[in-house]
Amino acid sequence: MKELVILSGKGGTGKTSITASFAMLAQRPVVADCDVDAADLHLVLAPTLRERHEFISGHQAIIMAEVCCNCGVCLPECRFDAIRPPAPEDGHDTYWIDPTACEGCGVCLKTCPMDVIDFPERRCGEWMISDAVCGPMVHARLGVAAENSGKLVTTVRREARRIAEQGDHPLIIVDGPPGIGCPVIASVTGATQVLIVTEPSVSGEHDMERVLALTQHFGIATSVCVNKWDINVEMTQRIEAIARQAKAKVVGRIRYDASVSQAQIQERAVVETSCPCAQDIREVWRELDLQ
Amino acid sequence: MILAVASGKGGTGKTSISVNLAKVLGVPVQLLDCDVEEPNAHLFLRASLVCEEEISIAVPKIDAAACNACDECIDFCQFNALASFCGAPLVFPELCHGCGGCTLVCSRSAISEESFRIGTVRTLVDGNITLNSGCLDVGVSLASTLVHAVKARQQDGVTTIVDAPPGTACPAVATLRGVDFVVLVTEPTPFGLNDLKLAVDTVRELRLPFGIVINRVGIGDDRVHRFCKAESIPLLLEIPDDRRIAEAYSRGELTVEALPEYRAHFAHLWQAINQHAAVMP
Repeated sequence: MKELVILSGKGGTGKTSITASFAMLAQRPVVADCDVDAADLHLVLAPTLRERHEFISGHQAIIMAEVCCNCGVCLPECRFDAIRPPAPEDGHDTYWIDPTACEGCGVCLKTCPMDVIDFPERRCGEWMISDAVCGPMVHARLGVAAENSGKLVTTVRREARRIAEQGDHPLIIVDGPPGIGCPVIASVTGATQVLIVTEPSVSGEHDMERVLALTQHFGIATSVCVNKWDINVEMTQRIEAIARQAKAKVVGRIRYDASVSQAQIQERAVVETSCPCAQDIREVWRELDLQ
Repeated sequence: MILAVASGKGGTGKTSISVNLAKVLGVPVQLLDCDVEEPNAHLFLRASLVCEEEISIAVPKIDAAACNACDECIDFCQFNALASFCGAPLVFPELCHGCGGCTLVCSRSAISEESFRIGTVRTLVDGNITLNSGCLDVGVSLASTLVHAVKARQQDGVTTIVDAPPGTACPAVATLRGVDFVVLVTEPTPFGLNDLKLAVDTVRELRLPFGIVINRVGIGDDRVHRFCKAESIPLLLEIPDDRRIAEAYSRGELTVEALPEYRAHFAHLWQAINQHAAVMP
């Protein structure tokens, strides 16, 4: 069983659009949407929901206002500036914890002399298993301003692997998040191959170099393709040269195509339409040689 | 005024709008690049480096001689940064959040703290613009702490523009907390609207006043316009889909320099922001 993860470094280069097309071209794939705080793949793969699960991860510290004596010992111990002094005008008669700042480390519990801090598990979102047009799909939705996006990504991948093994699917295709931080790391560890989709701009080059350094740090075979290549031919050539120098495989170029948004509006993957760039996407898929 | 430029979807034009806006203001501006995983603002400025500071967190250091392998620290750690090994625990600094809890629970005083580098904050100057740019080391997972380090360099009394990372997870939330106004940048497509709704939920959860900029108008349809109207969200600016903007951007050029006719757009944006920031609670 192989696992292809599609990354970019920079946001907006076309990861999700390309993932959707690959899902339609592949033989019996399992698809995983790991861009958990801005998931879009479901908008073009028409999934029918089969299962929904709460994602409970980590903890949240909550000061029990009815028994807090306002000693304030907890406040300086919090290294994340999550504990705030009383603000009666906002309805906080005692010290209180900002849930969007609380990292769930548990230090305040240890320092509270009166033991008035509660530490419930945190509901950070939900993950789903659906049937998409191309096969099983695992996706998720991180709660508003929630923590633990990396752990939610790990959960999505673990479920995708389980489904692939049980159903004897040969390939998992993962739509990755932008950036290089925690959720990206969680989406690539143990993958067979990464495809970096970038764009021909100074930002695209800069960000690609960083995500390439990340995949090399983890020793994962990496390919690169430049999307919207004809916006700047010189940048495209520069990026391809950088990729080759870093021992990544250049698997093709995809032209800028204004009709891609129309395919999205029609809720279809690009390769299901007559968009001119569909041909380029097919060639990149062939070049990846995964099946 | 501390203004954040954010989005749900990546690639909508946050950095482009942040830097172009800073350029047209004509007053001293502090630009904070909080997209610490992939900072780009510096690519569009002809800025000289003033200083580079290393940013670290405090991670545990175990004195094996004093440790009695009771595993209290491992049980306490919420982030799996300590693991059991024969004898004293192993530390995984890349997973550590730097909370200091393990040092508190150790009954043998066997845990002290040492610095672990997570990245840098660079300060650069281009005329009226001072840029503080955070850059996370590749392989480190803790972006939020570096975001705080960038924001800590904000100076009172100076107009500040904060370039946020995409999405709505911890690094974006850390960037947005405490700002005066948020500009959400989107594109008029299904992905754009879907992610915009998530970003709107986030800024509402954080109780921050906000408005919307629609970039690349013409590539999709009017769903975002209809959403703004239905939700009574101020539409601060529309930028048309203009291939020349994309080409200039690809070369690292600012829109307002390559295509001066767009200066008026950004001046209008600044006016609209101030107008709405003044009336919103």
